[in-house]
Amino acid sequence: MEAVLKMATPWLILILEALVLLVVALLHVAYTTYAERKIIGHMQQRLGPNRVGPRGLLQPIADVVKLVAKEDIVPSGADKSLFYLAPFISLVAGATSLAVIPVWEKFALANVNVGLLVILAMSSLSSYGIILSGWASNSRYAFLGGLRASAQVISYEVAMALSLVGVMLMAGSMNLSEIVKAQVASPFKIYAIPQIIGFFVFMVSAIAETNRTPFDLPEAESELVAGYFVEYSGIRFGLFYLAEYFGMVVMSALAVTCFLGGWAGPFEIPGIPFFWFLVKLYALIFFYIWVRATLPRYRYDQLMGLGWKILIPLALLNIVITGLIKVLV
Amino acid sequence: MEKVLFGYLALAILLSALFAIFSRNVVRSVLWLLVLFLHQSVLFLTLQAEFLAAIQIIVYAGAVLVLFLFVVYLINLREEIRLPKFLGSYPLAFIAVLSMLILAVAGLVGFVPAKTVGSLSPGAILKVGHTQILGEHLFREHILAFEIAGVLLLVAVLGAVVLVRRLREGEL
Repeated sequence: MEAVLKMATPWLILILEALVLLVVALLHVAYTTYAERKIIGHMQQRLGPNRVGPRGLLQPIADVVKLVAKEDIVPSGADKSLFYLAPFISLVAGATSLAVIPVWEKFALANVNVGLLVILAMSSLSSYGIILSGWASNSRYAFLGGLRASAQVISYEVAMALSLVGVMLMAGSMNLSEIVKAQVASPFKIYAIPQIIGFFVFMVSAIAETNRTPFDLPEAESELVAGYFVEYSGIRFGLFYLAEYFGMVVMSALAVTCFLGGWAGPFEIPGIPFFWFLVKLYALIFFYIWVRATLPRYRYDQLMGLGWKILIPLALLNIVITGLIKVLV
Repeated sequence: MEKVLFGYLALAILLSALFAIFSRNVVRSVLWLLVLFLHQSVLFLTLQAEFLAAIQIIVYAGAVLVLFLFVVYLINLREEIRLPKFLGSYPLAFIAVLSMLILAVAGLVGFVPAKTVGSLSPGAILKVGHTQILGEHLFREHILAFEIAGVLLLVAVLGAVVLVRRLREGEL
């Protein structure tokens, strides 16, 4: 009995850590929706949600309760099993990426040697949720949204991966903790300064990768009603929403880790080792929301043109420059 | 423990390959292929080949299969059409497959693991890391083969562009 307990203990701790991370991330996601409504409200001279709880703070919880209580409708011509599966693929792929992100020096759920590649792999898998939901709904709007999304995600994935190559070159590693340590040891402390082109390309393609305004063409409500999840209702619709915000949090966390120095800050805050990580994360999430409130939606051919003719060549140029500097210095 | 894992992975890979071949719906075929690729990448992980595992998902599951899905969506699918299960020449095909199987078994019987070449020993891979050792060998020793593969791919891309480009008036 004792031997079994001894063997099982590391697994139990791992599961516990994963649960804590997931719950904290879910809370962040829920309150990101609240922050988004509140911030955009103030940017548009409105108040935003303010009825449920003090200053509307309980609004996300009320939303979840409403979504769970709603009727779950499946269209009659839909491919049922795929229709049920699709939102979970989106969500799981987004949540799995969180496991390799180092929140502080001693807390990365899985310290994988190819952490950066794991995140890229997961973000490429999350496109399946969108494509399948579009197809399985058996609806024209959803199908068009799914097709648009798959083309967009594939194109911008290339730009995103290429923009991270500069970081890999400078750090000499694909382990995210090693990347942060290499950044702290570098003369600028953060890679956003020497890798400014890469940072720019990454931020733009991260917005496109998570299908947010100004690149939210897969769900452009003025043309496609709501795009790929138009046939979803109740909590399944909520899962797609959750996946989108999960993607936003993961992309922001990745940008913090790869370009903004991760958990390192100008001075140590005693007791809260992940303080600077969170500050940077919130700043980037605010940036995402700010962009949504500011910019109108792109046209589809403009979006493709931007990806293939501007961002990918820029990312390639960045790799060449970084390589040259690395060889010369 | 490792043997159980390998057994599960082998079984899952074989079964999902069979499902991919036999399912009537092409979209489902592609999805079974996705299941196959995921299991394959876990198989790579059990062999400490983490780089290959990640590349397997990024390239095959993330790019190639999505393009397959795209093509499947764009052609007009009719599930009602039922083709005959066997072609007229199926005894010949059966014999061909059987002889291939015999060849494969004969090859497996005389299987000898290759000796380690240069610094590519399992110990070194565990110590230095699979990605690093792969990169060093790829870009130092096998640079010629790497460049040739690159040129071939470039030719294929250019060929595709030439084949599908729109001809302007008077060019024909």
